[in-house]
Amino acid sequence: MNPFVIHTGLVAPLDRVNVDTDAIIPKQFLKRIERTGFGQFLFYEWRFTADGQPIDSFVLNQPKYANSTVLLARNNFGCGSSREHAPWALLDYGFRVVIAPSFADIFYNNCFKNGILPIKLSEEQVQELFSRAQSKDNYELTIDLQEQVVKDSDGLSYPFEVDSYRRYCLLNGLDDIGITLQYEDKIAAYEAKKRA
Amino acid sequence: MKPRTMFEKIWDSHVIHEEAGKPSLLYIDLHLVHEVTSPQAFEGLRLAGRKVRRPDLTFATMDHNVPTADRFNVKDPISRQQMETLTANCKEFGITLADLNSPDQGIVHVIGPELGLTHPGKTIVCGDSHTSTHGAFGALAFGIGTSEVEHVLATQCLQQSKPKTLEVRVVGDLPYGVSAKDLILAIIAKYGTDFATGYVIEYTGDAIRKLTMEERMTVCNMSIEAGARAGLIAPDETTFAYLKGKRHVPQGEDFLAAVEQWKQLCTDPGATYDHYVEIDASQIAPQVTWGTSPGMGTDITSTVPHPDSFETAAQRKAAQDALSYMGLTPGTPMSEIKIDRVFIGSCTNGRIEDLRRAAEVAKGRKVSSHVHAMVVPGSQAVKQAAEQEGLHLIFQEAGFEWRESGCSMCLAMNPDILQEGERCASTSNRNFEGRQGRGGRTHLVSPEMAAAAAIAGHFVDVREWKREGVNKEVFQ
Repeated sequence: MNPFVIHTGLVAPLDRVNVDTDAIIPKQFLKRIERTGFGQFLFYEWRFTADGQPIDSFVLNQPKYANSTVLLARNNFGCGSSREHAPWALLDYGFRVVIAPSFADIFYNNCFKNGILPIKLSEEQVQELFSRAQSKDNYELTIDLQEQVVKDSDGLSYPFEVDSYRRYCLLNGLDDIGITLQYEDKIAAYEAKKRA
Repeated sequence: MKPRTMFEKIWDSHVIHEEAGKPSLLYIDLHLVHEVTSPQAFEGLRLAGRKVRRPDLTFATMDHNVPTADRFNVKDPISRQQMETLTANCKEFGITLADLNSPDQGIVHVIGPELGLTHPGKTIVCGDSHTSTHGAFGALAFGIGTSEVEHVLATQCLQQSKPKTLEVRVVGDLPYGVSAKDLILAIIAKYGTDFATGYVIEYTGDAIRKLTMEERMTVCNMSIEAGARAGLIAPDETTFAYLKGKRHVPQGEDFLAAVEQWKQLCTDPGATYDHYVEIDASQIAPQVTWGTSPGMGTDITSTVPHPDSFETAAQRKAAQDALSYMGLTPGTPMSEIKIDRVFIGSCTNGRIEDLRRAAEVAKGRKVSSHVHAMVVPGSQAVKQAAEQEGLHLIFQEAGFEWRESGCSMCLAMNPDILQEGERCASTSNRNFEGRQGRGGRTHLVSPEMAAAAAIAGHFVDVREWKREGVNKEVFQ
């Protein structure tokens, strides 16, 4: 996994609540057996018509938001299916950060396993970011995980909370399995006790 | 000792390692695997040169991609590849697989309990959000992503932060004609799709105690639609009676010893939850969803709501978007909404009792001429049991298609799919945009409501059919 330390990027505002993982990556694209290549299908049914033409009104199809790497969203982002294809698709498309007032648990967890930083800010703060991203051209945010702060070039600065252990793993790009295997003795002892 | 909730007891007994500021390392007793969320996990093991630590605690089946009409003829080459990949991975890593040839095949959350793999007090995971189903037995069961699937395969453990606890107490009795599906849909409609985010729900109260195991599974199944990490129901005599004699449940003396242990799992008197809500079951009516989120539901006797009736701007916009997608006009009585398709099945409502209830409604009647209806048993065992009872004949005579087991149109990763604009009464769990097919419009209902809608051609209050005395045995 790639470490995440600091990131600056263009912001795309997706103004919907309860964006589910079926919307993020529709089921017809879950059949691949690789982790890569899902970006082309991200938000597919919102991005493209049934015959594959781009839908101009969808935020990611607007030239203003092309090449964005920070996704701004509303409450309960990532609800529904546990499919990790959702963060894979976001990452493959180019997103490294998702900012929303709240996230569904499994999605939130899956992001950290893939080097995406999901950030919870208050509804008011998210609303302010929506206003700026929608009204300004090339609106960028800098996300500093070391300092735990979201900033823009106009002086906006929002600190954010993140679990210290998740932060540590993301900063260092650590592999969970490797960490767990350090406790092999304890796992074996637990299994021996259970079998007894 | 401090009184503990059932969740805390299961959690405590599975913690392998704890350290301040870090997630706990939790031992996993049962890992269920299916074809969609596992290929990348097995690939990860291969790349790292790792083995599956406990193939004996791992059980696999194929359900999401499986065609339910001509099941051995998997026309989609990518679906076929995904199923073949699972077969090859199970062989390589020594995992038991219930494939299409197996009488044990079925939706992963239907076969776990059926085979007796699901026990009270176990920790159970699967790369599927509806793993919460198994909580009906008093097991701590939750969905995980593919990275975690790989982690469990390699270590039989998971790093988990301890969730909070939420008691949902259901007082009163469910009125007659109102099902467990209506109960969980009503809870989600009342409290929202994220009210339980970060929590494990324990369902308590008289109404819960009176539910059968299959009804409890329906309730726990949709806990994820309330945002919950897991749903739990304390095991009792109903649970033990269900489990007794199942293939993977201890037998004889061992069973009695297991029951004694399972009885210890219940929440201690005086234990406290982090949060608490109470709902009166006697006030619940049959539910129908009108929108594109499971919380957008209402009583069958009600009307499609007006977006202006919602409190916040975000809710009003969500309602507007949903009504536009669903092609519905505010104020329309729910019972006047005409449907094109009916799907009875899924890990929410694809068990034998669900099919019985639907069959009682369908018996001696005909599916409306403009409706295409199908019944998809949750597993091969459910299919066989239904056929022994003659339920398939009732459905077929009424004009329902009788299919093979699989996830089918719950998520349409297989040939069962809605066409653009088609409106479906579905016993599944998600009414998201495009879930059952691009442009498809899903209304979530109970099996008896789905069967009644198939016959009437529009939603109906199935309680009235009972009042007319047509199907006397339906709601006993």
